[in-house]
Amino acid sequence: MEERELLHTDGLSVGYHGKELIKEIGISLKMGEIVTLIGPNGAGKSTILKTIAKQLQEICGSVYVENTRLCELPEKELAKKMSIVFTERITPELMTVADVVAMGRYPYTGGLGILTPKDEAVVAQCMEQIRISPLKERNFMSLSDGQKQRVLLAKALCQEPEILILDEPTSYLDVKYKLEFLSMLQEMTRKKKIGVLMSLHELDLAERVSDKIVCVKGKNIEHYGMPEEVFTDGFVDQLYEITDGTFQEKSGCVELKKCGGIPEVFVIAGNGTGSFLFRQLQRNGIPFAVGILGKNDIDYPAAEALAVQVIAAEAYQDFERQHYEAAKQVMCACRKVICCQTVFGSQNVLNRQLLQEAEDCGMEIELWQK
Amino acid sequence: MNLPTCISSNRKIRYTVCFVILITLSVLFFIISVCAGSVQIPLSDIWRQFRGEQDELYAAILFQIRIPRTFAAILLGGALALSGYLLQTFFHNPIAGPFVLGISSGAKLFVAVVMIVFLRYSRTLSSVDLIVAAFAGSMLSMFCVLLMSPRVQNMSFLVLIGVMIGYICSAVTDFLVTFAEDSDIVNLHNWSMGSFSGITWENVKTIVFVVAVTGILTFFLSKPMEAYQLGETYAKNMGVNIKMFRVLLVILSSILSAVVTAFAGPVSFVGIAVPQMVKRLFRTAKPIIMIPACFFRWGSILHVL
Repeated sequence: MEERELLHTDGLSVGYHGKELIKEIGISLKMGEIVTLIGPNGAGKSTILKTIAKQLQEICGSVYVENTRLCELPEKELAKKMSIVFTERITPELMTVADVVAMGRYPYTGGLGILTPKDEAVVAQCMEQIRISPLKERNFMSLSDGQKQRVLLAKALCQEPEILILDEPTSYLDVKYKLEFLSMLQEMTRKKKIGVLMSLHELDLAERVSDKIVCVKGKNIEHYGMPEEVFTDGFVDQLYEITDGTFQEKSGCVELKKCGGIPEVFVIAGNGTGSFLFRQLQRNGIPFAVGILGKNDIDYPAAEALAVQVIAAEAYQDFERQHYEAAKQVMCACRKVICCQTVFGSQNVLNRQLLQEAEDCGMEIELWQK
Repeated sequence: MNLPTCISSNRKIRYTVCFVILITLSVLFFIISVCAGSVQIPLSDIWRQFRGEQDELYAAILFQIRIPRTFAAILLGGALALSGYLLQTFFHNPIAGPFVLGISSGAKLFVAVVMIVFLRYSRTLSSVDLIVAAFAGSMLSMFCVLLMSPRVQNMSFLVLIGVMIGYICSAVTDFLVTFAEDSDIVNLHNWSMGSFSGITWENVKTIVFVVAVTGILTFFLSKPMEAYQLGETYAKNMGVNIKMFRVLLVILSSILSAVVTAFAGPVSFVGIAVPQMVKRLFRTAKPIIMIPACFFRWGSILHVL
């Protein structure tokens, strides 16, 4: 079933003081969808969000909220349809958490802003949903950044919007609240029939939670599509121009820059036994080689990112003589062998032979377990 | 199970108690200021005056001097505190007030010009003239401060600009005073000391009218004002028309400080101090509470004058 479209932009250009920063932006947000903007710092993610939230003037083109142009929509109407959580810090004086959340009822209250019992029920329910009810009597200014963030989200929900615009909502949250927050967004988009447009710095989370990803870089939207279309191998490194490390699209992990040079240590690893060691060697600045590893091994992405050389077999293929010979050659050039593996089965029998070979040659051998 | 409410009953009690205290204090200071002075009038005598047993001396002191002065003090004190509160909200800065931002000084400059120039050509000067002059002066200062505000990132710099404008206005005023005639200066000098002496019933009527109208208008701004405390971005998102709101806030606070300056001279302390005291007392900054509260908190301070 095709869901209702809440928001779309048409040939939109955004920027400051009449100067175009990003042009030809064409994104759309449907009900129940989470659309995430990613891109380097200063690329203009916030500028796009601010323009869509009517905080900045459109320079060219238009934003449409359910087919009404943004500039033709009265402020009161917009306030009931769209709410925001931006990165701007707020410093309300002597306001409790409940007061801040209750401000979300602004578009619904009368001339003096007095809450009706219905409003108060909504406020209480929103605080319950974001799990900040225990904080409700606390002074907003005494909260931690993460707590403030959650209070602002509760305030945004209290506005009962159809469109939620969030600028880096997870920045101040710890990993527990990051996950809780994103699950909550998922739940809301499914249940309450709202759409979320946000920017995120955590690419791994963006990939997992978003229905669509918008990559902002340079003067244009570089990519726009489903996460699996966008997160192709090497794409993130290129988008962010990463040179001091790598982003692993498959796992969503990052690895620091590898230590180059001639391998000093040969690591025999597999089945997740080696990743921690690879990182330890990287921290100590020791170049190393890894072998023999299947390309479907969970140690493979880290090995590929951090090792000078990886002797690898194709996924689901048995290790062959040629791998053994190549590994042996590399190993003999090293001054030390570290073996992480304790279990040798039929598939990695050649690795055991490799270890035996090292022993026979009288190489220094270390058995390593995390 | 009862749903938890946002405004707890504790708070309601606190507000009520605070308001009762403030109003009682107001009444108390009203009585003290009517009784006390170079001629002490016992309470019993005042009661007799109101019952119609007139004593001419007492009647003159009471109805011609003390009661109008006291009324003026109540209203102008309230107006000044309110103006301070509006400016503090507007600039998100607890140090902002009509005096700090140079608004009082601007008003003083214009009043000085009007006093010196008008009195030279005609011998009378109505209270409306003074208000208009003071309003023009305060708007001009405010306008200068606002002109700078988009270019200034840091709010403390804005206050600095206000102080500078204040000094410039004072300098010009001093210059005028130096070259004015002695008789004009006496008036100006008395006025600029900040005093309620010489307030007539006619003045009180004008004050009541101006302060009541602006006060009520301000009260109806309390809803957007509360949203504005969360910052412009969020206020805008909640549907506040920011441009309109700012213009209104500036005009109202200028009128309020202008009316004070016109009648009582540039009084500096109340504008900054009262809103802060009231906030601490009520433990809230909700405009809907603050606006009436600031207004009642005039008493203890201005009355001493």
